[in-house]
Amino acid sequence: MSGVLSEFLQFLFSGLTVGAIYGLIGLGFAVIYNASHVINFAQGEFVMIGGMATVFLMAAGLPMPLAVVLAIAGAALVGWLLARIGIETARGAGVVGLIIITIGASILLRGLAQVVWDRNFHPLPPISGDAPIHVFGATLLPQSLWIGAALIAIMAALRFFFDHTRTGKAMQAAAIDPLAAQLMGIDIRRLVRLSFVLSAALGALAGVLVAPITMTYANVGVMLGLKGFAAAIVGGLGNPLGAIAGGLVVGIAEAMTAGYLSSAWKDVVAFVIILFVLLFLPNGLFGRAEVHRA
Amino acid sequence: MSNQLLQRHGGLALLAAIIAAGPLFLDNGFHYNVAILAGLNAIVCIGLNLLIGHAGQISLGHAGFFALGAYASAILPERFGFHPLGALLTGALLVGLLAFAIARPILRLRGHYLAMATLGMGIIVSIVLDQKVDLTGGPDGMVVGDLTLFGQALRGNLAWYWLVGALLFVTTWMALNLVHSPVGRALKAVHGSELAAAAMGVDVFHYKVLVFVLSAVLAAIAGSLFAHYNGFVTPDEASFIHSIQLVTMVVLGGMASIAGSIVGAVALTLLPQLLADFHDYEMIVFGAILMGTMILLPTGVVPTLAARIRERLA
Repeated sequence: MSGVLSEFLQFLFSGLTVGAIYGLIGLGFAVIYNASHVINFAQGEFVMIGGMATVFLMAAGLPMPLAVVLAIAGAALVGWLLARIGIETARGAGVVGLIIITIGASILLRGLAQVVWDRNFHPLPPISGDAPIHVFGATLLPQSLWIGAALIAIMAALRFFFDHTRTGKAMQAAAIDPLAAQLMGIDIRRLVRLSFVLSAALGALAGVLVAPITMTYANVGVMLGLKGFAAAIVGGLGNPLGAIAGGLVVGIAEAMTAGYLSSAWKDVVAFVIILFVLLFLPNGLFGRAEVHRA
Repeated sequence: MSNQLLQRHGGLALLAAIIAAGPLFLDNGFHYNVAILAGLNAIVCIGLNLLIGHAGQISLGHAGFFALGAYASAILPERFGFHPLGALLTGALLVGLLAFAIARPILRLRGHYLAMATLGMGIIVSIVLDQKVDLTGGPDGMVVGDLTLFGQALRGNLAWYWLVGALLFVTTWMALNLVHSPVGRALKAVHGSELAAAAMGVDVFHYKVLVFVLSAVLAAIAGSLFAHYNGFVTPDEASFIHSIQLVTMVVLGGMASIAGSIVGAVALTLLPQLLADFHDYEMIVFGAILMGTMILLPTGVVPTLAARIRERLA
């Protein structure tokens, strides 16, 4: 009996770990979507930049904390550039056009990463060793605890930011009604840039946290970005807490499929769940029903 | 009206002339290879553009339909003894039924949710092709036999060129007719304002489903032909990247422009070949071109150029 429980716990731990990462990435989608109604398909590349930049800065001799901070700052700068060059200048592009622009950016960034860095897989050392912790017969990596702690800290910080700072409140106002927000004197363009910077930093942090578990490489962001998008959709687009919940749902479903069925099918199950959520709850688990005006 | 008629048939005649003159300019196997692949991509893009440009519904999963068509032509003759042409038609029929079945729930979604649903569908197809090793050969792909027409195997670049050229012509002709029919006008109304179209008595949902199925079937047929021409298929045909390439061709060429779809397909089939000399920088240049075109020519190459020319003439 305890074998069954410890097995289940083991799958749950790995599901929560990877789910938290999906949630962090999904959060980035939600932040940008709220400010600009853009789906940023280069979100996964921020994750890649976070991991790869840290690897190469450490290889250059920098201590890990400094490397991480610089990597996150670098990703944030790329986010700002993407907003400034890719999004602001493309006034005439519609929803599909903006999707193509961010896809172009993701291909460009992957190409740059292959040239500036390389095409190899790189590990990152975990934050506090890799001696596993035993819980009811299941093992838990310290890195998983760090990921969980980071997720909770970020949720608290974002809550504070959105509810108690002027800029955060402005972002919420812009998400609800951009035109009305603009009429109240809110500078929407600044908010859009800020949202890209913020979600690039979130993505880069996710990249640093996940690299010790999955390794990092130039194309690591493709699938992680899609899973993050899935998390944001399952939770209901534009709902930051929903994105995190969506990430955990997708992560746990994947881990259970990999554990009880076969690891080959885990990606299928994640996307099947998404299809079912969309069919029965077209606005995601926690999304508001959208009102469509003609 | 007569002016419009002239435009339609003038465009078709121009296309026919370009296809017919092609062999004069294609020197070697490599040129033919690019031309044939461009033609097949153009067939997919014309269908996809009816969906994206005319019906206003995005799909990030059309590579899935393309791959299902390709695998129908790979699997059915090899494992079930189908005639290649029968396999092609069966594949197109099955994909049409599949598209019809999923269109009903999926097309009730909007915008980014629809993008996610179609993307998920495409990824599911690619993983199934990857994992059903006994049927599909898994990640290694599988060899596809010759396409036989009237008892003869279709071989050689020229034969394939004429087949794909003819099919491209027929697809273009059909799409032009569709756009200028009541269906096309209904689609235009749907794209402009769903609510207004519905209020005028247009059965919006019916038309969306119709175009979705049509575009899926065209992708499947092109996939079948690609499988036979290439002689080999892998699950990569269903990849997210391939779906993105298809959508990019449509958007780059110009939404709701049939000529644009052909131009976009040719340009983006040609581009990687031209960039092959840059090896390491291929992705950088490709990404930059995508971003640059969308930023500078947001309505696509063909509509932008057409507007400039009209300005000049006026």
